[in-house]
Amino acid sequence: MAFANEHITAYAVEATEFPDLVRRYRVSGVPKTVVDETVEILGALPQDAFIDQALQNR
Amino acid sequence: MGLLSPADQETLRESFAEMTSNVRVLFFSQTLDCESCLPTRQILDELPLLSDKIAIEEINFILEKEKAAQYGVDRVPALALLADNGDGTPHDSRIRFLGAPSGYEFISLVQALLLVGGRPSGLTDESRQKLEAVTTPMTVQVFTTPT
Repeated sequence: MAFANEHITAYAVEATEFPDLVRRYRVSGVPKTVVDETVEILGALPQDAFIDQALQNR
Repeated sequence: MGLLSPADQETLRESFAEMTSNVRVLFFSQTLDCESCLPTRQILDELPLLSDKIAIEEINFILEKEKAAQYGVDRVPALALLADNGDGTPHDSRIRFLGAPSGYEFISLVQALLLVGGRPSGLTDESRQKLEAVTTPMTVQVFTTPT
């Protein structure tokens, strides 16, 4: 996504190393995706569904 | 001593051979208070041995705060992947890794290197169209664990 759109920055975060981020974003399972600090996507989704959820506030 | 088995090295070498553009990995690290910085360095050191299209540039997070901020890096170890076509202006992929890229994260890193190195992204035309709706900064954080 980041590669396709210059406005998007993507972070792959190793959860066990950063407990502060795990707390802040209430990560209780992986993979968990957080978009713009607000949208939460749990688990791995098919591409279509993932993009729809990621863009729900856009 | 290598971290990868000879068979894994060979597989990676073959995958990386498909790269058409050079990739520069900016590696933000610090000496103290960073347990996983050294393991990260060791993992990254393997990569240029497997492809002459991959270069690692280590950046001191403490001394180069401005550069870290420029790349949206607020903790270490962190990686930023740039496409580097040798014209003097590397293109920021805006793909970042926070934490040591071991286990599954290593596989993600390899995929990201191949993508930045020129491999088609796998996004469908429909996905691309939807993504065009994003016209202001958007941050996507994907949390994973090594196992």
